[in-house]
Amino acid sequence: MTGMTGGIDLAAQVLDLVRAQCGAGTEAEVVVTAEDQALTRFANSFIHQNMRDVLTTVRLRLHVDGRTAGNSITVSGPESLAALVERTVTASRLAPVDPGWPGLTPPSTVADSAGADPATAQASPAERAARVRAFVDAAGGLEAAGYCRTTTWRVAFANSAGQSCSGSATEAAMDGIARTGSSDGLARFASTRLADLDGSALGARARAKAAAGADPVELAPGRYQVVLEPTAVADLLMTLGAHGFNGKAYAERRSFAVLGEQQFDPAVTLLDNPLSAGGGGGSGLMFDAEGTPKHRLGLVVDGVTTSVAHDRRTAAQAGTASTGHSVGSSPFGPIPANLYLRPRTAADLGAPTEVAGPAADSAVAALVADVDHGLLVTDNWYTRVLDPRTMVVTGLTRNGVWLIEQGEVTKPVANLRFTQSYVSALRPGSVLGIGTAAVGLASPYPGISIEAPALRLASWNYTGGASG
Amino acid sequence: MTHFDAATAAVEAALAAGATYADARVMHRRSESMSARNGEIEDVRQDEDAGIGVRALSGSGWGFFAIPDLDDRGARRAGEEAAAIAKASATVAGPAAGLLRSPAVTDSWASPCEVDPLGVALSAKGDLLVTSTGEAHKAGADLAHGLYQVWDTRKWFVSSEGHRIDQHIRECGAGISATVIGESETQRRSYPSYRGQYGSRGWELVDSLDIGAHAIRVAEEARALLTAPLCPETETTLILGGEQMALQIHESVGHAIELDRILGWEAAFAGTSWLDLAKLGSLRYGSDLMTIMIDPTIPGALGSFGYDDEGTPAIARPAVDAGTWVGVLAGRDSASVAGIGYGGSVRADGWARLPMVRMTNVGLAPGPHTLDEMIASTDEGVFMDLNRSWSIDDKRLNFQFGCEVGYEIKGGKLGRLLRNPTYTGIGPIFWRSMDMLSSETVAWGTPNCGKGQPLQIGHTGHPAAPARFRDVRVGVRG
Repeated sequence: MTGMTGGIDLAAQVLDLVRAQCGAGTEAEVVVTAEDQALTRFANSFIHQNMRDVLTTVRLRLHVDGRTAGNSITVSGPESLAALVERTVTASRLAPVDPGWPGLTPPSTVADSAGADPATAQASPAERAARVRAFVDAAGGLEAAGYCRTTTWRVAFANSAGQSCSGSATEAAMDGIARTGSSDGLARFASTRLADLDGSALGARARAKAAAGADPVELAPGRYQVVLEPTAVADLLMTLGAHGFNGKAYAERRSFAVLGEQQFDPAVTLLDNPLSAGGGGGSGLMFDAEGTPKHRLGLVVDGVTTSVAHDRRTAAQAGTASTGHSVGSSPFGPIPANLYLRPRTAADLGAPTEVAGPAADSAVAALVADVDHGLLVTDNWYTRVLDPRTMVVTGLTRNGVWLIEQGEVTKPVANLRFTQSYVSALRPGSVLGIGTAAVGLASPYPGISIEAPALRLASWNYTGGASG
Repeated sequence: MTHFDAATAAVEAALAAGATYADARVMHRRSESMSARNGEIEDVRQDEDAGIGVRALSGSGWGFFAIPDLDDRGARRAGEEAAAIAKASATVAGPAAGLLRSPAVTDSWASPCEVDPLGVALSAKGDLLVTSTGEAHKAGADLAHGLYQVWDTRKWFVSSEGHRIDQHIRECGAGISATVIGESETQRRSYPSYRGQYGSRGWELVDSLDIGAHAIRVAEEARALLTAPLCPETETTLILGGEQMALQIHESVGHAIELDRILGWEAAFAGTSWLDLAKLGSLRYGSDLMTIMIDPTIPGALGSFGYDDEGTPAIARPAVDAGTWVGVLAGRDSASVAGIGYGGSVRADGWARLPMVRMTNVGLAPGPHTLDEMIASTDEGVFMDLNRSWSIDDKRLNFQFGCEVGYEIKGGKLGRLLRNPTYTGIGPIFWRSMDMLSSETVAWGTPNCGKGQPLQIGHTGHPAAPARFRDVRVGVRG
């Protein structure tokens, strides 16, 4: 598929084939996704893996005589579309009855998607390698590891109810560490444009953090006040989003979310924002896998839980409308994939500046200055939910932790394990400060984006040292 | 044009474009899954993908390119693009890349399969999930979930060194879980594990699980957990069931012995390893009872194959021998860098992903005891089984795992049911404390092992049996 028109044409071809086989009354929806993903990976300061894949996938979902079936195929020619339709029709006839079928998205207006940045869409391996070179050079002799990634999506949707839409978007991300013998320092950034990735600045930050983290001391477990850098806040937001603001978990009463309740500190306003203002590499697409229009969705406003993400099925169960968060056929359910935590005030949205020492930037350093005794945490790692209702999570720190005493970073600390309720960490009265800028961050998963400021939290429960 | 022809064309094009080595994999994969909740079908999904992935080496730089076009033009483009990417890699070059020698092979291989999983009627498969989740729901589960998954993969591999191998691997599995919702928390019981049991076998594997027979039990046990006392916070003797042992092996041994992690190739994402190659052959990993095998030859286990994705034949070898670390999971390039004489553990999640070091079947050799003997010889402790949560640090040392169910052990007998059982430890200290190991081995399948960038999902197998550990911290909570 070379463009959005090609995608719409492909989707229309599939719908025509469905009508020919099943008649005009069949409910059908088609998503055509053309993805071009390239990822240049480095370790031990050289490029060791370097890949690109280019493919178009067509997904067809049918509802016939009360039965539903979904099928997808990678497109290699017209015959593959016919095979897709034939197989899906066969499957739908054999599938068990589906009493929860929510129907198709009706024709509705979809806002313009972000559009693909041409320079990012056409980025060459040499351009990605040049950013890796700059990162490695700026690491100043420390061992460097990470990746530079560019992704382009062109997506088209059509259903038999008459809904049709298309859009495109690009994402560029860089994520890397510099390493001493006893510490790792992290720099992570994402945007919609490759031009925004400055390998040299990121490598220098990683180097500064690694140098400041060398020879860490062991610290006794216990409750500490913390400054979580945006990279660590991203983990909080993704975990809350996946397990709590998930419409399926909410419908099944597995979610902590209680709509209309002040569950979080009044400083917390959390949105799902498909067109990320700060260039966090959001999906950039204004419709979901069911063709439902996407909008900016307030999940938490001034600490009050206001919404969860729905697809058509979970919305029907909840007696509400889809919020445009279908991820296609997935037993996990709809999740908010483009999370944005509002920084301290709109007036403070100026870009933070690089600072000396381990803090990621001046916005983080300002929060550190207010801490009498606590920890500065770069990143959380391998976090897993022990119970979705309490949102107690265990995980570890990674890529740099420091002790803060009387507003100053005084010494690096060895990694710690925590067992902490993420909801309790943000409960009313617990958020002591929020950074002044939301930073766009790379997610391990293209299409999932986070924009987060740093957070200063009253208490975090560290339950052990990582080394024993 | 046959798939072998396409792979050959891709390799030729990569060599013509300057690559010094190239290989190509054409893959055709069909997958199917169905889930049900409370007696109703939730989702039916079938996917099919096919394409070619080409790997090229130019100087010290690797390149990989993948497209679904399997005609001559598409295959040649894939080879040329892979070579071009390899040249870009060489601009940030490392030490000269070498490849461990792998004799050229022409062969075919297929996994054992009595009943083709894709040949079983959807309605029959749906009935299994509908009936079992319906019964569990009626028996008290607020959420009774059932799931099966099927993968049918064909591969055609060609290398510039003369390999020409095709494989047909069929995998499937299924399971059910019952969740009850309390005032402030949830409890869950599953059978045979949360996502189910999986293997490189046909539908006969699912039939053998007899899922429906366990539907009522898991619902009742989940309900009982809601009012059970909390697992105490203490240091005690811990007995783990076989399913949890599979997870313990996967996380604290399997990933730790991956050579790419040991060499730092995964430092920025999956992490490194606490293991130091200089101590291979001498490091004490665990007690004398701990013998871990890397064995991709186990018939029907989920991590089995005939050849890995570099064309290296499946061979069993030890990773830990009577407590001493003796082996790693390696590929041809990582083995060459490390000076190790074997590879054979490289696989990719589909044609569009770069092959990388992955677990095959990594499991414990059986011990001399039984679970009943372990319990009978334990004066005080806790028994835990079926994984509920897992977390481990980036060096694969510090772990904290949660289980679905715990039981107090008093005077050699199982006592009260315990809820929210967790335990934590440091890998080698934990493994050195293992003083009893059962002979009741099951080759558990893990179909959701994440690694790599872009993220790849691997299928691994873990022969495991119940085991006893001393002085373990249990009952960690927030």
